[in-house]
Amino acid sequence: MRCPELLLTAALGLCAGVTALAQGPTFGLGRTPSAAEVRAADTAVAPDGTGLPPGRGTAKDGAVVYAQKCAACHGPNGKGTALHRGLVPLGNAKPVKIQGSLVPYATTVWDFINRAMPWTTPGSLTPDEAYAVTAYVLYLNEIVTETDVLDPTSLPKVRMPHRDDFIPSQPDWKPGARRQFGNYP
Amino acid sequence: MGSHSGSDRRRFLTSGGALAGFVMGAVKSVRGQTAAPPYEPQGLLAYGQPSKFASTVVRRTTARPSAITDTALMTPLQDLDGIITPSGVHFLMDHTNGIPDVDPQTHRLMVHGMVDRPLTFTMEELKRFPSVSRIHFLECNANSRPLRGPNRESVQLIHGRTSCSEWTGVLLSVLLKECGVQTKASWIVAEGGESNKYTMSIPLAKAIDDTLVAYAQNGEPVRPHQGYPLRLVVPGWEAIRAVKWLNRIHVVDTPYMAWHESGNNADTNTDGKGLWFRFELGPKSVITRPSGGMRLPGPGFNEITGLAWTGGGLVRRVDVSTDGGKTYQEAQLQQPVLRHAHTRFRFPWRWNGEEAVIQSRCTDERGEVQPTIEEAAKILNATIDYFYQADHFNGIQPWRVARDGSVTNAMP
Repeated sequence: MRCPELLLTAALGLCAGVTALAQGPTFGLGRTPSAAEVRAADTAVAPDGTGLPPGRGTAKDGAVVYAQKCAACHGPNGKGTALHRGLVPLGNAKPVKIQGSLVPYATTVWDFINRAMPWTTPGSLTPDEAYAVTAYVLYLNEIVTETDVLDPTSLPKVRMPHRDDFIPSQPDWKPGARRQFGNYP
Repeated sequence: MGSHSGSDRRRFLTSGGALAGFVMGAVKSVRGQTAAPPYEPQGLLAYGQPSKFASTVVRRTTARPSAITDTALMTPLQDLDGIITPSGVHFLMDHTNGIPDVDPQTHRLMVHGMVDRPLTFTMEELKRFPSVSRIHFLECNANSRPLRGPNRESVQLIHGRTSCSEWTGVLLSVLLKECGVQTKASWIVAEGGESNKYTMSIPLAKAIDDTLVAYAQNGEPVRPHQGYPLRLVVPGWEAIRAVKWLNRIHVVDTPYMAWHESGNNADTNTDGKGLWFRFELGPKSVITRPSGGMRLPGPGFNEITGLAWTGGGLVRRVDVSTDGGKTYQEAQLQQPVLRHAHTRFRFPWRWNGEEAVIQSRCTDERGEVQPTIEEAAKILNATIDYFYQADHFNGIQPWRVARDGSVTNAMP
């Protein structure tokens, strides 16, 4: 499930030199969680789609869910309200430091909507609703079309506009190494 | 009552509210948890509070009060001494809808994923592991942005997103070893137990180096706003990694690019590209007294004091200038100097009553040096306003002392 993107290479390089911690238990504390307990807790989604549940949705479906559960805060068409930042641009021409502009993977959008939205009842969306609202938000940002179906297979393949525009602060830097004066990643 | 079993008796002894006859006259303590018998101290005698004359030593914010999230409440650095931040004024920057009220009896930490033995720990079990206490700062990646404005001129409102505590808990390496991490693993994803389940990816190397699963802060249970009953402390790294209300560690082989690490906490480079994985904070220092908004009572002796810290480990030296950076002299460091901890510096100063610009410069054990904003801008080929929205800004903070003793922000 390793992401193939080059930009991750440097970050993964941080992990070189980790010695194996695979030994027997020392303290004998804790209990083994059941498979069901792990499944229930393990809701996070990786960039390659690992962890996505079955389900599907389009922007057209998502517009309905959005109007019911999202528009009160995020405004019609994701334009935002006085209190809340909008959802557009999620992937504008040049990344700016605002909500979502720097999201490199569509799975990140799905995962955040699924775990943290709606704000007052987070985690209440069904998988279909999460796929649909994700599709709608990506549609507002002109990343997918109104009828593109998002599901566990298609979602990780959605290419965010700035997928390749991310760089490590100092590509060769590893934790513990001295950094260039004035540039501290 | 003689027939009560042991567990009934324990319940009897801990369920204070049901014991009206026994604790007649008792009231809820100031901490709101247990009713105490009448001979127990109540209110401020049970848990003390600062003097009413120190009521201005509180967290403050620059944000509009109506914003429901991402509001930073900042530590009053100008009013504090030594290196420890009192838990009640530790800075806050939450991304959650309300602070969860977690019952430690039911709280669990699950460690799973690429491990030989997934394990779930109770709080009681976590406290049975070998414990360590370490003094570490936590600093928000957005701290110290050189924004200007009427509500942004004090050391608290510019630099108050850093705090330093003694954290006690179990090293994450101990828990990971207990679970048997598989050789292909290279990252962990830590998750909090609040309603929207904040997640953050951390390289395994850091997780097993010095990352701490903390249940105590400054000698008492971690405060609810700081993650009670359990939080991660990732020493020297931006505090967005320090997951609160920690209840899950997923051992994986790739970063998960969660919203708060790849979205609104990624940074922009000067060329418009996104910067990822800015973990370790740079060397930084700031004079906390005198600082913006204060007024020196008059010429003569006025001690200069402040804090220095670095993601690089130990602060090696702090230099202070009273002439706007033309010349520097070494300040005295309060001992002991600790890794990834606030370091208190002091500098004796006799003010001659003329206008002066005072500033400090941190050098850490790696020889990394805190730059001025002009130096940082030149290196990054940026204008100064780039830092208004950039994270990890660690430029030197100048304060101007006017002839009338008033101190103002002299950042360009």
